[in-house]
Amino acid sequence: MADKKLAGNPKQTIFKAVANNGLLDRRLLLKSGLTFVAASVTANMANASNANSKSAKKIDPANPPWMHTPGAPFSNYGKPSVHEEDVVRYPAANSQVDGNGSSWTPLHELEGMITPNGLHFERHHNGVPQIDPAEHRLLIHGLVKQASFFTVEDLLRYPMHSQICFLECGGNSNAGFNKRPVGASAGYFHGLVSCSEWTGVPLSVLLNEVGVDNKDHWLIAEGADAFAMNISIPMEKAMDDAILAFYQNGERLRPENGYPMRLILPGWEGVMNVKWLRRLTVAESPVMARNETARYTELLPSGKANMFSMEMEAKSLITSPSSGMHLQQKGLYQITGLAWSGSGKVSKVEVSADGGESWAEAELQSPVLEKCFTRFRIPWQWDGSESVLKSRVTDESGYRQPERSELISQRGRHGFFHYNAIVSWAVDSEGYVTHIYDDEDNDNGTGIDADWD
Amino acid sequence: MMMKITITALVLTLIGISCVSAEPSAGPNLGRHASPDQIKRWQISVMPDGSGLPAGQGNVSQGKIIYLQKCQSCHGPDGQGASADQLAGASMKLTDEWPEKTIGTYWPFATTLFDFNRRSMPMLAPGSLSDNEVYAVTAYLLYLNDIIDEKAVMNANTLKKVRMPNRDGFINMYKDNDK
Repeated sequence: MADKKLAGNPKQTIFKAVANNGLLDRRLLLKSGLTFVAASVTANMANASNANSKSAKKIDPANPPWMHTPGAPFSNYGKPSVHEEDVVRYPAANSQVDGNGSSWTPLHELEGMITPNGLHFERHHNGVPQIDPAEHRLLIHGLVKQASFFTVEDLLRYPMHSQICFLECGGNSNAGFNKRPVGASAGYFHGLVSCSEWTGVPLSVLLNEVGVDNKDHWLIAEGADAFAMNISIPMEKAMDDAILAFYQNGERLRPENGYPMRLILPGWEGVMNVKWLRRLTVAESPVMARNETARYTELLPSGKANMFSMEMEAKSLITSPSSGMHLQQKGLYQITGLAWSGSGKVSKVEVSADGGESWAEAELQSPVLEKCFTRFRIPWQWDGSESVLKSRVTDESGYRQPERSELISQRGRHGFFHYNAIVSWAVDSEGYVTHIYDDEDNDNGTGIDADWD
Repeated sequence: MMMKITITALVLTLIGISCVSAEPSAGPNLGRHASPDQIKRWQISVMPDGSGLPAGQGNVSQGKIIYLQKCQSCHGPDGQGASADQLAGASMKLTDEWPEKTIGTYWPFATTLFDFNRRSMPMLAPGSLSDNEVYAVTAYLLYLNDIIDEKAVMNANTLKKVRMPNRDGFINMYKDNDK
């Protein structure tokens, strides 16, 4: 992507601006004949990658060697190109317990709305269990007419349903609470969110079979991992759109995503989407598990904390250009990113190239689905001046993503979860992109108040 | 033209299928009866009202021994935290610049300690503590946080009566906003 020939200087056509500092009408993206400059990862990285590549010796693109020897044979399960081996999750684990931590999706390296299964973010509390599906059971009991066990084989016979939706850890983006902006790539800061097509049995089908009749009850879900994760889910949600998922993007779940079965609660915080599901207890009240009391609650400046804040608020970020990338020359660029909302569809994404002084509406890539990643794009003519890029989403409920200063003033610095403020990327005059806060947000000190155990 | 007809036929077929599936979804009813004895072997949840707490008991001094053997390597000798959470000894309040969220300052229910320690701790051997040991460690952690005194014994009866200092510290967003 760093090929300078590809990144040729575009013709200096005059386009009509829709906001300050070079933002152009989103409909221009649909026109042909525009030459875009590729925003690349920094030149150093690009060079290093070329040096490592076997193709470092001179190759004539008009007559490349791979046209003169038979290609590789078939494979049972395909892998990405060796030239894409840097596109990986970024894990960060507890020093004493290596399966306790998380790994981030490289959102800045991906396009479209679907996250490849091998790059879906992970958050495990005590590792990935290796479950033999023949020895796994789901027990549904408690306030039901008929307490029942189900085998995996049983459940695969049930009617299934698919939904494409995002899944986001409640702690995603929480480095935004830091007093100083972190310098990580976009995905390694905001990538505890991914988007997949999940397929499985509507939970309502199973709950109706075993006999539940009170929508004010709670469902206590438990996983078969070494943490025996447990969490309470309102029956209303369980009966509405919850899925007992077996498939992710068409294939059976990966172990790290809950094989052989997991819950999917579209739009609700990740920890509730219990992986390796083994038990559902219907109860009159929540169990008040550690992960719905001591964790996954948001401490407010008053000293009180929000609990059962389950829906993920609308969020967006620009994935390209983003932190760590380098615009190698002036010219026409595509600004692109992702937006999503736990309450429904994205209705609008606006982009600013002047730090929020003026905003222009971005093009939304169809399909725009409920509780799902929505890809946005807008053309931008970079004139080589220092610029600050931002995006902000409005969802169909009318909720608009807040500026960081608004979020901090409402919720303080110690909420740890549900950070969804606008993200700012600064482009300097040489084209290097870094994460910044607005001036009024900058203060001294580092660190956040809790860790990931 | 031929193509158009084929597509129309396909669309009609799809509509036909979707009409069938638009009926309320019903499963094939493959659940297998779960007996009370079987359920008992699976059931490890402890509710805030104490239901689910097993027989057995433990005290602070027993708990201290277990804590020093199995917990302190990650949580520090007095629960002040190391590679894992700080559990006790908060000097900052929840409204301070650097709030310390410990069992004593933050956890709303004592029953959660039993539920969590039995199912998830210690991290390298989860589920390995006996019920008596879980009661004992729970007692020690409550003692470290000045919630119970040195002589207290924790069992199904006493644990559910422990009132945590931050019991009223939470706003239920689901109940208060959505209902």
